[in-house]
Amino acid sequence: MLLSTSRRVLAPFERRFVNPTATNDKVLKPDHGSQRKHFIFTDEHEDLRESMQSWVLKECAPHAEEWEDKLWPDSILKRAGELGYIGLCFPEEYGGQGGDYYYSLIRGECLSYSRSGGFNMGFVVQSDMVLPPIEMLGTEDIKQRYLVPGIKGEKIGSLGITEPGAGSDVAGIRTTARRDGDEYVINGSKMFITNGARADFIVLVTKTNPDARHDGITLFVVDLKDDEGNNVPGFSVSRKLEKMGMHASDTAELAFEDVRVPAENMLGEEGKGFYHISWELQGERLVGAVGSVSGAERCFEKTLEYAKEREAFGRPIGNFQVIRHKFAEMATKIEVAKQMVYMTAWRFNNGEYPVREITQAKLYASRIACEVIDECIQIHGGYGYMKEYDVERAYRDARLNRIGAGTDEVMLEVIGRSYGI
Amino acid sequence: MSVVKDTGERARMPPFGEEHEELRATIRRWVESEIVPRQDEWEEAREFPRELYDRAGQLGFLGLKYPVELGGQGGDYLHDAVWVEELPAAGASGGVAAGLGAHTGIATPPIHKFGTPDQHERFLRPAISGEKVAALGITEPGAGSDVASIKTHAEKVDGGYIVNGSKTFITNGVRADMLVAAVKTTPEGGHHGMSFLILERDAEGYQVSRKLEKMGWHASDTGELAFSDLFVPEENLLGEENGGFYLIMANFQWERIQMALGAVGGMRCALETTLAYAKEREAFGRPIGNFQVIRHKIAEMATKMEVARAVTYNALRMFVEGQDAIREVTIAKLFTQRAAVEVADEAVQIHGGYGYMREYHVERGLRDARLGPIGGGSDEIMKEILGRGMGL
Repeated sequence: MLLSTSRRVLAPFERRFVNPTATNDKVLKPDHGSQRKHFIFTDEHEDLRESMQSWVLKECAPHAEEWEDKLWPDSILKRAGELGYIGLCFPEEYGGQGGDYYYSLIRGECLSYSRSGGFNMGFVVQSDMVLPPIEMLGTEDIKQRYLVPGIKGEKIGSLGITEPGAGSDVAGIRTTARRDGDEYVINGSKMFITNGARADFIVLVTKTNPDARHDGITLFVVDLKDDEGNNVPGFSVSRKLEKMGMHASDTAELAFEDVRVPAENMLGEEGKGFYHISWELQGERLVGAVGSVSGAERCFEKTLEYAKEREAFGRPIGNFQVIRHKFAEMATKIEVAKQMVYMTAWRFNNGEYPVREITQAKLYASRIACEVIDECIQIHGGYGYMKEYDVERAYRDARLNRIGAGTDEVMLEVIGRSYGI
Repeated sequence: MSVVKDTGERARMPPFGEEHEELRATIRRWVESEIVPRQDEWEEAREFPRELYDRAGQLGFLGLKYPVELGGQGGDYLHDAVWVEELPAAGASGGVAAGLGAHTGIATPPIHKFGTPDQHERFLRPAISGEKVAALGITEPGAGSDVASIKTHAEKVDGGYIVNGSKTFITNGVRADMLVAAVKTTPEGGHHGMSFLILERDAEGYQVSRKLEKMGWHASDTGELAFSDLFVPEENLLGEENGGFYLIMANFQWERIQMALGAVGGMRCALETTLAYAKEREAFGRPIGNFQVIRHKIAEMATKMEVARAVTYNALRMFVEGQDAIREVTIAKLFTQRAAVEVADEAVQIHGGYGYMREYHVERGLRDARLGPIGGGSDEIMKEILGRGMGL
C-alpha cells in the first residue's frame, strides 16, 4: 500500500522537477554579486526605500535631539504627507500611492534612521493605526473628512483604546457612547494616547452597550478640535504623561464629558468594535515588529563601527573574541527576527490573516530589540550610558515595544490559545 | 468585510510549493508506519537495521536530488530539504535521521558534484539504490573544527595513493562501504594540500577501530576508523588533487542547512507531542495545558520553532538560488541548534516524570538535539565565522 502511494508521488519527479534554474552545478559556487534583496521586495520597493531613507536622514535625523526636548513638530508630518509617505498603502482616489503592504514595512525600516523612537511612533500611529481602520470601515463621507486630510498630514489622528482601568483587556473598557437622537454622547477617559495632546481627531473605542463585554463595543471617529483649533466642548487633555523614553512623542490622558458626536461618525458596525479593533491590532503589531528589528539593526551598525574604532589593551575591542561573538549573537537575533517579520508580512500581503505568526513576530522582535540594544550599551561601556551616544536613548525607546500594542504576556496568551489551550 | 477572522489556512512557505507537500506526506506516512514503531528496538541495538537503506532506496528517498540516469528521482535540493526536515518532524529519532541523512546529505553529494562518470557508476548508483552505505570522513582525533590541520596522509605511488591515519566521530562509520575522506596529499597539508579520496571498506588496511558510545543518536553507528598502508587507486580521487579544501567548505553549507532543517523538524515534533500531552494530562482537576504557565511555555516553544523555520527557509532559498548565503546559512545553523535544545528541554519539563522516562521519547529528543550545537561546526565556530564576516 505504502509502496504504491510512494511510487505514485515520486514518479512524477522525473517529469516535473528537473529544474533548469536550480541544478547542482549552479548551486555549487555562490554568486557573490547576486541581488541580495528579499524576494518580497521589487525594484519599485527599493526605489521608495532609497528616497524615503534619504529624506529621513536629511530632514528628520538631524533634529532627533531637539525633538527629545520639544516633541516632533506637526509640520514634519505634513511634509511627509506632501512627499506621499503617509499614504503609501492607501488608494490613489484618496490621495494615497496605492502600494501594497510591503511599503508599510519599508516605511518602518526607513523611519529607524531618524534616531527618534518617539517620532517614529507618532508617524506610524497616523499611517498604520489610525488611518487603516478609517479606510477599511469608514463611509465615503468619513473617508473624505479624515482619510484624505490624514494622508496629507494636515489632520493628525490618535487611537483611543486603553483606559486607566483597562489595557490589554479591551472588553473591560468603560467609556460609554449613549444614543441621543442623531448623536451619541460620550463619557469616559483614555490613557497612554500617542499624539493625544495634539490630535485633531481620535478613533475612539467605546461601549454602546455597557452590559455586554465584547459585543457591546463600537468605534467612532471623534473630532477633538474645532475649526479654530480649540478643544471641542466636553473634551480635555487631563494630563501629558512623562515617560522612560519616546520623549519626542506626546502621550496623554484624555477626558470626555458629554462630548457629542454625530451618528454618522460611527466607524464600522455597532457592537462589532471589538472585532474591528482586533483586526487593527494585527497591522499595528506587525509594524511594531518591523520597528523593533530595524531599531535594533541601526544600533547594531553604530556599535559595530564603535567596536572597530575603540581601542583597549592595544587593539580595537572588536578584535577580542568575546566582543566578536557578541556581535555574532546580535546579528543572529536580528536576522531571525527580520525573516520572521518578512515571512509574516508576505502572508499578510497575500490576504492571509495570520494572527499566530503576527503575534510571534511581535513578541520575538520586541524582545530581541531590547536584548540587542542592551548589549550595544554594554559594548559602548561608559559611553553607552551617556546621552551623546544614541544607544542610551534607543534602549529607553525600545523598552516600550514589549508593552505597547499588547504586552509580551498577552502575546504569549494569544499564541497559546491559538493552539486550543 | 466588517469582521476579519483567522481561518487558520496558510500558504506554503517559499521556497516550497505544492509538489513538496506531496513528498512531505509520503515521507511522513513511511516514518509513521515503518520507523516509529520499531525505533525503541533500534535504540537498544545501537543501530537501525542495514535493510532500512535498501527500503529507503527502493522508495526513492536516497536519490531524490540525483539524476534519473543514475537511478535518482531527478529532483533538486528542495526535495532533499523536505526529506531532512520531515524525517524528524514525523518522529524519526536523531539516530535514524543522522544515519540516513549522512548518506544522502553529506557523503554522496560530493561524489555527485565532483565525481567522474566512472565514480558515479561505481559509487553513486549503488548508494542511491541503498546497496552501498556511504559516510563522510573529515574529523580526526586531533582535528575537528580546524579542518586544515588534519593529519591523515595520502602518499602518491604508482597508480594511486598509500593512506595512513585515522578518522573519528564518523556517522555510519562502522558499516559504511565507502568513506569520502579528507586527506593530506602534500606533506604540509593545509588549505592547498588536501584532497578527497573515496576509501573502500573491503580494501586491506581499512579498519574500524571502535564503535563509539554516545549521549544520544543511539540508532546511528558512529565509528572511529584507522588506515594503515591502505592502497587507494587513483581513480578514487574525487575532484582535483590538492583541491579538497574548497570541496569540503562547499559541502559545509549544505550540511549546515540540512542541520537547520532537521532542527526545525525536531522542534515541530516536540511541539506536537507536548501539545497533545498537555491537552490530555490532568492535574488539579484540569488539563495542564489550561494552566497559564504551561500555555505560555508552549507559546514560547512555538515561537522558537516558527522563527527558526523562517530564518532557515530563507537561507535555503538563497542557497538554492545560487546566492552567497554563507552568512544566512551560518545564522540559521547557529540559531536553530540551540533553539532545538531549548525546545526539547521544555518538552521534557512539561512531561514531568514521564518526560524523564524512555517510553515518552522526549528524553531521547533532548539527548539527540544536544549534538546540534556541536556537530557540523560548533556554535563557537559559527560565531567566529559571523564575527569575521563583519570584519572583526
